[in-house]
Amino acid sequence: MRKALISVTGLDTTGIIARVATKLYELNINILDISQTILSGYFTMMMIVDLSGSKLDFDGVNKELQPIREELKMEIHIQRMDIFDAMHRI
Amino acid sequence: MIETGEILQTLRMIQEENFDIRTITLGINLLDCSDPDAEKCAQRVYDKICRTAKDLVSTGEHIETEFGIPIVNKRISVTPVSLICQADPRPIARALDRAAKEVGVNFLGGYSALMHKGATKADERLLASIPEVLSETQLLCSSVNVASTRAGINMNAVKEMGEIIKKTAELTADSDGLGCAKLVVFANAVEDNPFMAGAFCGVGEPECAINVGVSGPGVVKRALEEVKGQPFDTVAETIKRTAFKITRVGQLVAREASQRLNIPFGIVDLSLAPTPARGDSVAHILTEMGLEAAGAPGTTAALALLNDAVKKGGVMASNHVGGLSGAFIPVSEDIGMIEAAASGALTLEKLEAMTCVCSVGLDMIAIPGDTSAAAISGIIADEAAIGMINNKTTAVRVIPAVGKKAGDRVEFGGLLGFAPVMPVNPCDNTEFIARGGRIPAPLHSLRN
Repeated sequence: MRKALISVTGLDTTGIIARVATKLYELNINILDISQTILSGYFTMMMIVDLSGSKLDFDGVNKELQPIREELKMEIHIQRMDIFDAMHRI
Repeated sequence: MIETGEILQTLRMIQEENFDIRTITLGINLLDCSDPDAEKCAQRVYDKICRTAKDLVSTGEHIETEFGIPIVNKRISVTPVSLICQADPRPIARALDRAAKEVGVNFLGGYSALMHKGATKADERLLASIPEVLSETQLLCSSVNVASTRAGINMNAVKEMGEIIKKTAELTADSDGLGCAKLVVFANAVEDNPFMAGAFCGVGEPECAINVGVSGPGVVKRALEEVKGQPFDTVAETIKRTAFKITRVGQLVAREASQRLNIPFGIVDLSLAPTPARGDSVAHILTEMGLEAAGAPGTTAALALLNDAVKKGGVMASNHVGGLSGAFIPVSEDIGMIEAAASGALTLEKLEAMTCVCSVGLDMIAIPGDTSAAAISGIIADEAAIGMINNKTTAVRVIPAVGKKAGDRVEFGGLLGFAPVMPVNPCDNTEFIARGGRIPAPLHSLRN
């Protein structure tokens, strides 16, 4: 499994989850976990996904998210889960 | 499964608290490049570095993107050049600088000589060339080891280094003595240090190795904000926990870089390395402990606790810890230090005391341009004595600011920052430095 975290932050608007999830579906990326909240008007979402179904490498997936970043004017970061495991699990 | 709070903590460390991997440093052995013909040797050096390090920068950038953690510098350290040059070392210096530019690294260290007990002819040639080389190259860093706990202090080398630092400052006066920011004088230099200007690849090192330096003073300061007013036991525990988390990421990056480049992992250097950016200051960790400014009474104790707790927390997070490991206290590279020095709270003498308990020594300190070579040698000798007696690495990286006096300001830019020129004790020490010879190794060097 190639687990990654996708974090999405920015001003709340309609269709953020739908837009991101649709793109992930198109790329055959499975969503394992989602948490989403509104913090002082800011939309904050974290998705844990599995990249192993996707034909694209990490950079490729990152590039595919670029149009959504621009369209939604949101900060969208994708990073491998290993960094969180390393920091918080022995 | 990782909890949301943990993910947010990691993201906050990176995005708000300046947590980064300071450097991936590739150590490369150059002993096999030696040749009596300086030009041939230089060509071999250039070819080997370009071959070995061709993927270093792109690999670092990929890791950076995938893990979402900045890797600020990619660097190379090489075998001390005095060990491979059988003739004029200057062509090798130029080849090193060219190779560093070709592979795209930020710095290359190893224009170095190890002369804690005495100088070889090659050491002498290398030393004589340092001012010219540092004024003509951009990415090359130089270091000279003049003392060790085992060998004592080579006072001839100490004397010479005072003069070399002066000359380097004069030749690079138009850039505020930048050449001296790339030159460090060591006692007990380590062979696997990933940090500049003192990185070189020691003779006990393998053919090549990946050494990683972590950083994150902002993260430690933020963690201490949560335990305001609590006893030092809690302070130490908090630093340990934070250092553990930081180092685990350093270990992850080191392992990943090692696998991708197919180069053995060397060490993680558990350092708190500041930058001039606000929120990335070691001095501000000390003030968070309750001091008005770095330099206030209690500063040495605060730094001792910090330095020790960083090691204790970090050592379990990595399977090989090395390098300099601890808290750096450069002046120009730390906004809290800069402000403390400018306000007069922090003096050269207090910094010297702090070097007894920090990871290295007197670092990135601007001194008046009219400071004598003997005075600089005296500063080096004092620092070397601290290192020799306390069995630790110490170093001097001072920058005589040509044409400037105490209170003026020098500007280096980037990670090297800016600094107020600090006064140096004006009493004469010429006769002391003129003696030369060796200060014998201390009794506790005889440990067998």
